[in-house]
Amino acid sequence: MSILVNKNTKIIVQGITGDEGLFHATQMQEYGSNIVAGTSPGKGGEWVLNGKLPVFDSMRLAVDATGANTSVVFVPARHALDALLEAIDSGIPLVICITEGIPIQDMMKVKYYGDQKGTRIIGPNCPGVLTPGECKAGIIPGKIKRTGNIGVISRSGTLTYEILNSLESNALGTSSCVGIGGDPILGSNFIQILGLFEEDPRTEKILIIGEIGGTDEEQAAEFIANSVTKPVLGMIAGVSAPSGKRMGHAGAIIEGLNGKALSKIIALENAGVKMAHDPDELVSFLK
Amino acid sequence: MKLHEYQSKQILSRYNVQIPRGSVAQTAYEAKQITEELGTRVVIKSQVLVGGRGKAGGIRVANTPKEAEDLATSILSMDIKGLPVRKVLVDEAITYDHEIYLGITNSRKTGTPVMIASGSGGVDIEEIARSSPEKIISVSIHPLLGLRDYQTRDLASGIDLPHHFWKQFQEICLGLWLVYRDLDATLAEINPLVISADSKLVALDAKINIDDNALYRHNELSELRDLDIEDHSEIEARKYGLSYIKLDGKIGCLVNGAGLSMTLMDMIKYYGGNPANFLDIGGGASSEKVSAAMRILINDPSINTILINIYGGITRCDEVAKGILHALQSQKKDIPIIARLVGTNSQAGKKILNDANIQTLETLTETAKRAVESSSGRVE
Repeated sequence: MSILVNKNTKIIVQGITGDEGLFHATQMQEYGSNIVAGTSPGKGGEWVLNGKLPVFDSMRLAVDATGANTSVVFVPARHALDALLEAIDSGIPLVICITEGIPIQDMMKVKYYGDQKGTRIIGPNCPGVLTPGECKAGIIPGKIKRTGNIGVISRSGTLTYEILNSLESNALGTSSCVGIGGDPILGSNFIQILGLFEEDPRTEKILIIGEIGGTDEEQAAEFIANSVTKPVLGMIAGVSAPSGKRMGHAGAIIEGLNGKALSKIIALENAGVKMAHDPDELVSFLK
Repeated sequence: MKLHEYQSKQILSRYNVQIPRGSVAQTAYEAKQITEELGTRVVIKSQVLVGGRGKAGGIRVANTPKEAEDLATSILSMDIKGLPVRKVLVDEAITYDHEIYLGITNSRKTGTPVMIASGSGGVDIEEIARSSPEKIISVSIHPLLGLRDYQTRDLASGIDLPHHFWKQFQEICLGLWLVYRDLDATLAEINPLVISADSKLVALDAKINIDDNALYRHNELSELRDLDIEDHSEIEARKYGLSYIKLDGKIGCLVNGAGLSMTLMDMIKYYGGNPANFLDIGGGASSEKVSAAMRILINDPSINTILINIYGGITRCDEVAKGILHALQSQKKDIPIIARLVGTNSQAGKKILNDANIQTLETLTETAKRAVESSSGRVE
């Protein structure tokens, strides 16, 4: 078992004719993910990936033709609002948005509409979801292959890759890894994914990797204390970050009293989460 | 991106929010002329993008044009929290007896815009939140339906605003919401909104921040950017698409990924050192981009050690190594480099660095510790 994606996941890549979309569609396919179609308005009827993958003009056409159940979005930020609303309207249940730089007010509309329609959205500005050995839906490096009992949730990209890499080299495997994204407004927060891992029979331990900005980790702490029975371990990036500066991610900013690393660490520790200072220590907890 | 008070107020007045009569001056002489034209007492307000202007002496009342000229002379020569005052706003002085806070921002918690009002305006909203949270009234705004009239009435009654002001208040709330929506603001606030002696609601001070990710659809706003609040090297970094923030330590950091960059900074601090910057080269960086990043670090005189940590996914470690060497060859400065390359093409990357006598390390912990040792071992 796993969460969100597995070997039966059928993926549409939105924005497949762009550089990013094409490159990562190839990588996903090489990993073994079942990519069934791509979309690119105005390029319907073309074929990509050695002429084997059909391109459709719209999500509705692509979903109707393939029965896909997951979309991975690489559409550039200026067109992402349209692409995401289109994905929601196509009825596809899971939309994973890799795109970085989407205006906040666009994302608020997407989140609201997605909630209304019951679409699960992961991201934006995220590395996607990986279920080792079964499906890579996003851009997490394909060298991560070891399956296991650790569920990983993170707001970050490369920091997560470091941790996955370190787990792998210590012969530790993951059930699924979910990058929820580094933006202020996210389709799914820690809580929703924690709930999925709690329900997943393969997952026995959960790693939560947070960072400064917002209060998502504090809310996650409350949820863990009340509703998670599995052991949770974690770390927070940005203990040394100054106030008022956006640390790379649009959502990584300490605003006034909100978003400080220490508040998150204390909240999680109080909820029984074993907190590490850095990735090496986090992995050493699991050995 | 932050807008100045005078820019924010001009925008609000286009949305039917009443602001004091006034104009911007870049010289004391202009301030005097504006005061003469207004023919009233005036407030001279420094236009710098930091809080606490009043406390720093950057906001003063002048009774005569001559006094306005003198005060403008002194304010225009000030630095407030390190920022030079280049402009002053000269506004007619308004007599008022009540200060209201009214603002709109995005709530990360609800994923919607939220409008906030308080009857205790005039001070920082954070301050009100701390001292008397019960005095803050807020309403969530539906992202698709927008602000509704009943919500403005909820705010008005929540702050005990007398009924005869409700119509005016409603128009101001609506104007503020439209400014927030039309400009892709992340914050639009009027503080204070005052009830003047002639029973008008007037926006005495205002602040608007714009979502940087939405600037592409607001060409008219990007000209308003004030580069004074940004470090010179931060502006340089942005040209190359690098995410860089100057800090006050001695260890220069070059990392890919925001979370990983913060983690390295944290580890440096944990092991007793101090990071000189946050620098994320992003995904798939070319050697040119890496080279530009390295030059920023090499040219920073406060840096005595450079730490490089790359996790190669779509970023290729050999490309990074080439960029590093290129920057080193073009700049003559002997500075210790602690590097770690993992992932895509890391063997090739390590070889390039090792051949140039730059040692590479294997773990994050080693890398952070060694950088701290190198930095602290050097004579100040």
